[in-house]
Amino acid sequence: MSTPALKATSLNAVHRKLGAKMVDFGGWDMPVQYSGILDEHRAVRESVGLFDVSHMGEIEITGPEALQLVDYVATNAASKLKDGQAQYSGLLYEHGGFVDDILVHKVRDHSYFICCNASNQEKDFAHIASLNNKFEAEVLFASERYAQLAIQGPKGLATLQNLTQTELAPIKYYHFVDGEVSGVPARIARTGYTGEDGFEIYVDPDDAERLWNEIMAAGSEFGIKPCGLGARNTLRLESKMALYGHEIDASISPLEADLAWIVKFDKDDFVGKQALAKQKADGVKRKLTGFEMTGRGIGRDGYEVLIDGTPSGWVTSGGPSPTLGKNIGLCYLPVEKAKPGQAIHVMIRNQPVDAVTTATPFYKRAK
Amino acid sequence: MYPANFFYTKEHEWVRVEGDTGVVGITNHAQKELGDIVYVDLPKAGLAVVRGATFGSVESVKAVSEIYAPVTGEVVEINEVLATTPEKLNEDPHDGAWLVKIKMSAPDEIKQLMTAEDYQKYVGAE
Repeated sequence: MSTPALKATSLNAVHRKLGAKMVDFGGWDMPVQYSGILDEHRAVRESVGLFDVSHMGEIEITGPEALQLVDYVATNAASKLKDGQAQYSGLLYEHGGFVDDILVHKVRDHSYFICCNASNQEKDFAHIASLNNKFEAEVLFASERYAQLAIQGPKGLATLQNLTQTELAPIKYYHFVDGEVSGVPARIARTGYTGEDGFEIYVDPDDAERLWNEIMAAGSEFGIKPCGLGARNTLRLESKMALYGHEIDASISPLEADLAWIVKFDKDDFVGKQALAKQKADGVKRKLTGFEMTGRGIGRDGYEVLIDGTPSGWVTSGGPSPTLGKNIGLCYLPVEKAKPGQAIHVMIRNQPVDAVTTATPFYKRAK
Repeated sequence: MYPANFFYTKEHEWVRVEGDTGVVGITNHAQKELGDIVYVDLPKAGLAVVRGATFGSVESVKAVSEIYAPVTGEVVEINEVLATTPEKLNEDPHDGAWLVKIKMSAPDEIKQLMTAEDYQKYVGAE
C-alpha cells in the first residue's frame, strides 16, 4: 500500500529551514513545533507568535442569493453580518451532527468568504454545492488562491501595524478589512484560534514567504516566535475552542458541544434545524464539560471518564495547560453531571485517576 | 554524543551497568523527539520487569511515550527528582535524569543491546 503524498503549504521550505518538527496533520505536512510547544505557547500569551495556517480551506459564495444559501447551510445568522464582519458558525447534516465548524465573512452584499478546516475542505465544498440547487448562488473552492498567516498575541497588532497602512486598532474583534500588507493585497481579519488578541491574514500563496519573513522581522522587537500546531492546540484548548474530530464531529450536535449560541432557531429553515429543535425539546442528553486533573496524570484525547465507577463519557481533548500549570481537558458527560465541581475519574492506562469538572474557558485574556 | 559505556535499545532507552545493577534512562534522541516533557510515570521500587515489556511512560505536551525495560530484573530505585521536575529529562537525559535502577537477573541480556556506535548509526545524523 502506498501512502499518498502529503500536501504542503507554500511555506513548507521555510518551516524546514527553521528546523521545525514536521508531522502529517490530516494529510498535510505541517510544523508541529519549532523552539518547543511551551516556549511558543508562552510567546503568544505574553507577546506575539506567527503561525502558518495556510492548510485551512477557503470557499467563496457569491451571487444574488448568496446570503440565502449561507443562511441555509450554516447555523448562525449570516443575515446579521455587516460588510467586513466575521461570524463563527456550524455546517450541519440534517441529523444535526457537524460537517464542520466554519468562519463566515461577509465581504459585501452577495459575497461571502468561508474559512474552514483543512481536512474537511473538500467535504464542505461538496456539501454546500449539493445544497445549492434551489439558490441563485455560486460556490467556489478557493483554497489554492490563499495562504493564511496568523499573527497572535498582545503584540500582534503592533507587529502587523509595522507592515500596513491600514489602521488596525479600529478593526473590532471578528471584523476584517481588505487592505495591503507589505505592499501586497491582504484580507486582514481580527480573528484567531488562540484566545489571544491577534490577526489572521489571507494572502496570495506566492507572497507568503516574503510576508512570513517580513512579519518575523517586524515582530523581532517583541521577540516574535514561529509557532506550530502543537502550541495552536494548547492555546485553543485553554480557551475552550472546539477542534473538529475532537469536540465536534458528525455524531455531535452544537447543543451538545456547548455551542447553542451559534444556532439561531428564529431564522428560516436551515440544514439540521428540525433535528436540533427535536433534541432541544427532548432535552440534550450529554454535554461538553471542562475538567482538571486532581490526581497525578494527564487525561488525553479518547480516554474514558468514569463517575462512581460507571463509564460516563470520554475525553475529547486533554493535556497540560502551560498558562495555568495544570492538566486540563474537555469531556462529554451526561448533562445532569456536566456541572462544575463533579468528581470524575479519567482512565489512564487502566488506572482511574481523580479529576474534577470545572467552569470554562480555562483561560480568558484580560480585556 | 552518546556515552560509549552505555548500551542502547531500538526504543531509545539506555543502560549503564554498575555491578549487577542497570541504570536506565532515555536517550537524547528520545527527549528531542518528544519535545517538552511534562510528566514521568515510573513504577514503585520492587516491581519485577521483563526485558521488552513496558514499565512506565514519559509524556510531552503533545504525546505519551511508553518506556520499555531494556533488561530483566527488579526495580530497586527510581529517580524521585523526575516527579517534580520532569523537564530535567530534556536537559540531562544521559546523567541526572536517569529513570530507574534495575537489579539484573540476566546480565547477559546486555550483549543483545546496541553499542553507542551502533545506536548513533541507528538514529542517523542528528
